[in-house]
Amino acid sequence: MTRFLLRGVRPLGCEPADLLLDEGRITETGPGLDAAGAEVVDGDGLVALPGLVDLHTHLREPGREDAETVETGTRAAAAGGYTAVFAMPNTDPAADTAGVVEQVWRLGREAGYADVQPIGAVTVGRAGSRLAELGAMADSAARVRVFSDDGDCVSDAVLMRRALEYVKAFDGVVAQHAQEPRLTEGAQMNESALSGVLGLRGWPAVAEEAVVARDALLAGHVRSRVHVCHVSTAGSVEIVRWAKAKGWQVTAEVTPHHLMLTEELARSYDPLYKVNPPLRTAEDVHALREALADGTVDCVATDHAPHSLEYKEAEWPAAAPGMLGLETALSAVQEAMVDTGLLDWAGVAERTSARPAAIGRLAGHGRPLAAGEPANVVLYDPSARWVVDPARLASRSRNTPYAGRELPGRVVATFLRGRPTVLEGKPV
Amino acid sequence: MKRHLLSAGDLSRDDVTLVLDTAAELAKVASRPVKKLPTLRGRTAVNLFFEDSTRTRTSFEVAAKRLSADVINFSAKGSSVAKGESLKDTALTLEAMGADAVIVRHQASGTPLRLTNWIGGSVINAGDGTHEHPTQALLDAYTMRERLGRLEGLRVVIVGDVLHSRVARSNVLLLATAGAEVTLVGPPTLLPVGVEAWPSATSYDLDAVLPKCDVVMMLRVQQERMNAAFFPSAREYSRRYGLDARRMASLPEHAIVMHPGPMNRGMEIAAEVADSMRSTVTEQVANGVSVRMAVLYLLLGGAEPAIGAEPEAEEVVA
Repeated sequence: MTRFLLRGVRPLGCEPADLLLDEGRITETGPGLDAAGAEVVDGDGLVALPGLVDLHTHLREPGREDAETVETGTRAAAAGGYTAVFAMPNTDPAADTAGVVEQVWRLGREAGYADVQPIGAVTVGRAGSRLAELGAMADSAARVRVFSDDGDCVSDAVLMRRALEYVKAFDGVVAQHAQEPRLTEGAQMNESALSGVLGLRGWPAVAEEAVVARDALLAGHVRSRVHVCHVSTAGSVEIVRWAKAKGWQVTAEVTPHHLMLTEELARSYDPLYKVNPPLRTAEDVHALREALADGTVDCVATDHAPHSLEYKEAEWPAAAPGMLGLETALSAVQEAMVDTGLLDWAGVAERTSARPAAIGRLAGHGRPLAAGEPANVVLYDPSARWVVDPARLASRSRNTPYAGRELPGRVVATFLRGRPTVLEGKPV
Repeated sequence: MKRHLLSAGDLSRDDVTLVLDTAAELAKVASRPVKKLPTLRGRTAVNLFFEDSTRTRTSFEVAAKRLSADVINFSAKGSSVAKGESLKDTALTLEAMGADAVIVRHQASGTPLRLTNWIGGSVINAGDGTHEHPTQALLDAYTMRERLGRLEGLRVVIVGDVLHSRVARSNVLLLATAGAEVTLVGPPTLLPVGVEAWPSATSYDLDAVLPKCDVVMMLRVQQERMNAAFFPSAREYSRRYGLDARRMASLPEHAIVMHPGPMNRGMEIAAEVADSMRSTVTEQVANGVSVRMAVLYLLLGGAEPAIGAEPEAEEVVA
């Protein structure tokens, strides 16, 4: 295996140092390391971060290989600086058995661009009526620890309580897509003055917040772990903050797009901006940024949701919700959090790598950039600027909300256990 | 260049005046033995209706034919991605056929704006979902001006299911532009969240506002709203928000009663009100043709189309 010497990189944005990667590990760190026998990567001006970990990715395989596959999705992940992604179970068939989660896990190993850690469905067929065999998925080769019916809320309070209790047996966590279904029937965008003007049915903040509050109370009651997917409102942030203050095991993620974009984009009626939960107001964006900075929201998760073109060229209500995220996430985090002074690079590493790995109980990722640790490393140039061209993304789909927009920062190289998955900005 | 009519909010005050004045001129054609002008000869207007609406479609068809345009009625099934022709393919088909104007009715809000991405001709919104119906607002304004002599300062009360009403949205925007004072009245469940931000007032009490208005416009209430708990029963709705003879008697002498049709007699409007001298319901239908003639004439007639503003899509996306 090739040894790599990452010359003069800035680990977590600190003073320049060299990192030597060998046999899948970081073997040495420090200034002026001997390059003998190693391929040298000039890291001048590049920030080194632990490989990013995404708690919320839709890889679409099996079932919708026209939109994304494990291979194309993990290539996109690598291009975005990720070394591990958690694959959501809303595939066809749903990942609700040991067989399906093992299939997804194996496809990830074969693709080799990033580790794929399957998330198991909470209920059979994600239908919200009977618990799936959570224990079988936990005991499978995929070692599932995160369970979610993402896309659908586990709205039944008893079922949610049982799931929370049951996963304690294997240190699992239930990741909830918090959406009260009756309050959001036919919902198209954030419910606000704007939805009234546009004549699009509203998705009220309370439909998220009511479920976040209920789940926090349940998690506190049964002393289990709940993780709130894609928190999108200022009110949810307040509830998570309150639950954490109680000492309950409540964690939360925010998507890059909820840190960057607002409901105003719906004025175009272009379904590129249709996503679930919907884009909210500038006040919500502000609260989410603050919450990510102060740790109330634990981590960034992309909710990378590829859709083939015809699902986005439709009229708004007929179009599928969701947007790509993997390849623009770090740039979005830089613009929303770093360039605004809310987080330093150590904070970014914590929120995009260490915390998500810890929440998902994923070993070997989100580790410090220190000798002896797995060589999962991303090199990032924060001074670069790029204009997002959907045609040049590694994802099989094109539904990025940033098309034509200039973003800061570029992923220059990604290493997965010492092997480059991206070099000079391109997947290898 | 101004090319489309997508929202009543696209119209400036001068635009509104121009459309209404033009409509008044064109209305004279209707009283002639030969009700036809050669203005749009050789131009093609497509009625693209994804939702059944014989009234609106026929009104546009008559308007276009009186201006000698060729009219094609293209009814499409509600499109979905999974089955049937997509919106984009339908649009590209019409574009390939060389439509000069596409008059679109669709159950999804925003569809007319989406169509402008694929259609080179003028797009006219004939009602999109629960969003807007700008030609309805124009014909309503025309009717008010004809009956009451002005729009400026008129006190207009719009009653009923504002939440789901494209007629209400377009009327609020257009009447605000024209300087009228609009009050929206309905049960709180049928007024949208954020309605405070609209250029109108709101009230839950119909009896309180009727004595002080010049126009009362009753909106159609769909029976299905009842099942979704927007109000307890048709009778209760009717008692609180229906316009019956007793309520009509509290209106000022000159006030008119409007309804975009089709009416639910006995629900939002009592038969004796619908058939009273105050009612403008049939005039609204007649005026609809004149106003739509004016819109087609102004969008397609001259070298420089005169009304409507370019949609804001580009600047929003940027």
